[in-house]
Amino acid sequence: MSSAAALTWFARHEIRLAWREWLAMIAGRRGKRKRAIIALTVFVAIMHLPAYAVIGRFADLQAPLGKPELIVITATIFLAWALMLSQAIESVTRVFYARADLDLIMSSPANLANVFSVRIAAIGLSVIGMALLLSTPFVDVLVIGGGIRWLSAFGVVIAIGLSAAAVAIAITVALFRLIGPSRTRLVAQIVAAIIGAGFVIALQVAAILSYGTLSRFTVLTSDAASAYAPALDSPLWWPARAAIGDGMVLSWLMAGGLLLLGVVMAVFSPKFADTVVSVAATARTVRRGPRATAFRGGTRQQALRTKEFLLLRRDPWLLSQSLMQLLYLVPPALMLWRSFSESSDAIVLITPVIVMAAGQLAGGLAWLTISGEDAADLVATAPLPPSRVIRAKVEVVLLSIGAIFAPLIAALAFASVTQAIVTALGVIVATVSAAAIQLWFRVQAKRSQFRRRQTSSRLATFAEAFCSIGWAATAALAVTIPIAALISGALTVGILAATWKISPRRD
Amino acid sequence: MVRKEQLDRPEVMKSDVLALEVRGLTKRFDRPAVDALDLTIRTGEFYALLGPNGAGKTTTLRMVAGLLKPDNGSVAIWGIDALADPVAAKQIMAWVSDEPMIYDKLTPLEYLEFVAGLWGIDPAVSSPSALQLLVSLGLEPHLHERCEGFSKGMRQKVALAGALVHDPKLIILDEPLTGLDALSARHVKGLLQERVRAGCTVIMTTHILEVAERMADRIGVIAAGRLVAEGTLTELRQQNGSNDTSLEDMFIALVDAEAAAA
Repeated sequence: MSSAAALTWFARHEIRLAWREWLAMIAGRRGKRKRAIIALTVFVAIMHLPAYAVIGRFADLQAPLGKPELIVITATIFLAWALMLSQAIESVTRVFYARADLDLIMSSPANLANVFSVRIAAIGLSVIGMALLLSTPFVDVLVIGGGIRWLSAFGVVIAIGLSAAAVAIAITVALFRLIGPSRTRLVAQIVAAIIGAGFVIALQVAAILSYGTLSRFTVLTSDAASAYAPALDSPLWWPARAAIGDGMVLSWLMAGGLLLLGVVMAVFSPKFADTVVSVAATARTVRRGPRATAFRGGTRQQALRTKEFLLLRRDPWLLSQSLMQLLYLVPPALMLWRSFSESSDAIVLITPVIVMAAGQLAGGLAWLTISGEDAADLVATAPLPPSRVIRAKVEVVLLSIGAIFAPLIAALAFASVTQAIVTALGVIVATVSAAAIQLWFRVQAKRSQFRRRQTSSRLATFAEAFCSIGWAATAALAVTIPIAALISGALTVGILAATWKISPRRD
Repeated sequence: MVRKEQLDRPEVMKSDVLALEVRGLTKRFDRPAVDALDLTIRTGEFYALLGPNGAGKTTTLRMVAGLLKPDNGSVAIWGIDALADPVAAKQIMAWVSDEPMIYDKLTPLEYLEFVAGLWGIDPAVSSPSALQLLVSLGLEPHLHERCEGFSKGMRQKVALAGALVHDPKLIILDEPLTGLDALSARHVKGLLQERVRAGCTVIMTTHILEVAERMADRIGVIAAGRLVAEGTLTELRQQNGSNDTSLEDMFIALVDAEAAAA
C-alpha cells in the first residue's frame, strides 16, 4: 500500500471511529440508535423555537454594521469558539489517555507523524461536526428571517472549529511539556471547564460590577464597550462580517483556520508519538507518598462513605465539573455581595441559579456513587444489607452538596433569611430528586463510563434536567409569587411521580 | 442450623458442619444454566470445580456468593441458610472473580482498609494483617501507589488480599490464576494452601487442570449445569477404570460423554 493510500485508509478508519463514538454518545446501544436519531432530529427541530427567541431579532441586520452589533455578534462567535476549544481539549486528552488502539498504532510500521496528522484532523472534524449540529437551528432562523446570505455563518462555524482544534492541540501538548503527563489529564479538564464557562462568567461579572444586572448584553451594548472597541475596519470584526455574508472575509477566515491547523499538524504530529509514550511510561507514577499504614475504625457505612469521598476527591471529571458549577456561582455570589450595599430585586435570581446548580451536580454525584461502582461484586458480597449500602451512598451525595452550597446559603441569610430558607429547601429537594432518579434508573457501570451515562437512560437524563429546572423555578416563585410556586412545585412532583412510575426499579 | 456467633468456637470448627451444602440449586437464563445441582464441601477442604466453558461453574459460585438469586434450591454456608440470612453468610465468606474488581484511584492499603471496614474488622487486627498479606504477595513496593497503573496480575493480587483480609472461613475463587505470571501464581497458591492448613475452606474453578490435580483435596466436574463426577483424584481414576489416566484425559472423556448423552 502506498503512503497516500495508507493515509486515506487510516483517515477512513478514524472517521468511522469518530462517527461510532459520537453515535454511541448520542444513542447508546445499537438497537436504540434509530429512535435516538429520530429524537435528536425532533430536538433540533424544537430548538428552532428558543433559537428564534434568542437570535430572531438579528436576522434583518445589514452591512455596514455599527459597533454595538459587531460587538454582540463577535462576542457570540467568541463564545462558540471558547466552547469548541473546551470540547477539543477534552477530545485531545481522550486521544492520549483513553484510546485503546495506541499500542497497536505505535507498534505498527506506519509513519507515526502521518498517522497522528490524520488523528488531529479527525479531532477537528468531530469538533466542527458537533458545532454545526448545535448551530443549525440558530443559522436556520437567521436564513429564514434574513435570507441565504446568513448561510455563510456555517462557514464561520467551520473556520472557528478548525482554529479551536489547532489551539486545543497546542495547549494540550504544551501542558504535557510543562507539567508532565500525570497532571495534564486533570489540568486539561479544568482548563477546558474554565475556557468553556469563563467568557460568559466574565461578561456577567462585568455586568454585575458595572450595571448591577446579570444580563451580558448590558455590557456588550454599552457605550463604554463601543468606546474601547477597535475601529470598524479592524480584523477583529472579520468573523462577524463573514457571518452576515461577506464572502471575501469568509474565504480569508477559512484559509486562516486551515493554515493554522496545517501548521499545528506539521509541528505537533511528530511529537504526538513521544507524548503518547510518556503517558504510558508515567501511568504508574501516581503515588500517595509515605503515610501511616494503620487503619481507621468505624462502622461499615462509615467505611463506604470514606471510600466514596476518597474516590470523589480523586475524580478528575468531578473536580472539573464542580469547578465549573462553582464558577457559575460566582456571578450570583457577586450579585449577593452588591446587594449588601444597595437594595436590588435582582437578588431573587440567585435562588434558581443555586437550586439548578445543586440539582445538576447532585445528578452527576449520584450516578458516580450509586451506579458507578467499580467493585460491584465486592460490595454485593459484603455483609451488610443493600439498603444500608444505598443509604451510605445517598448520604455521601447529600453531604457533598451540603458542603458545596452551605456557605453560599449562609451568606444569603445575611441578605434575606426567608430567601435563604427557601433556597436551602430547594437545594435539598433538588438533590433528593436527582438522587432518587439515579436510584430508580441505576445500572451497574464503571466510573470511567461517566461521560456516557446519559446513553444508559435518556429518560433519566431528561427527568433529572426537568426536575432541576422545575425545582429552580419553584424556589424562585416561592420567593416572588408563592401561589405560582405551588403550581410549579405540583408540576415538578408530577414529573417525578411519572418518572418513578415508568422507572425499572420502584424501591 | 448454626448461629453466626457459634462459628468462632473451636468445637464448631472441628464438628461435622459442612462448609458448603447446596441442594437442588437451579438457575435458568434462556436455557438451564444450573440444573438441580447438589454439592457438599467439608470444612478445611480444597475443592476444585472443573468444567468446560458455559458449564455453569461461575453461575453456581455466583449464587453461592449471593450475587445471583437462584430459581430454586438451597445454599447453606457453615450451616447458615444463605438465602434466608445472606448477611450472616457473607460475614464468613469471600469472593474473588477472574476479573479483579478494585478501585483504580485507591492504593492497595486503602483498598484493604475499605474491605476490612466493610466486614467490620477491628483496625487493630486488620491493619497488620493487611500489611502482612500485601508483603507476602510481593506488593510491598506498591503499597502507596494507586492501582490505576497496575498490571492484571497485580490487580488480581490486590483483590485476593482484599478477600483474605477479613479472615473468611470459606473462600470462593472463580479462575483466580488467570493472567498471573508463574511467580505470582505460586504466591497465590501458597497463600491459599496456607489458609486451608489453618482450617479455611476453599472452592475454586480453574481451567488449569494441573492446579486442580496438585492442590485440590476433591475435584468436581460440572457439565450442562449438572455435577457429572466428583471425588479425589484417585477416586476419579477408579471411576474411570484406569489408575494412570491423567486428569486432563479424564476431564475430556467426561465432558465428551456428557455432550454425547445430551
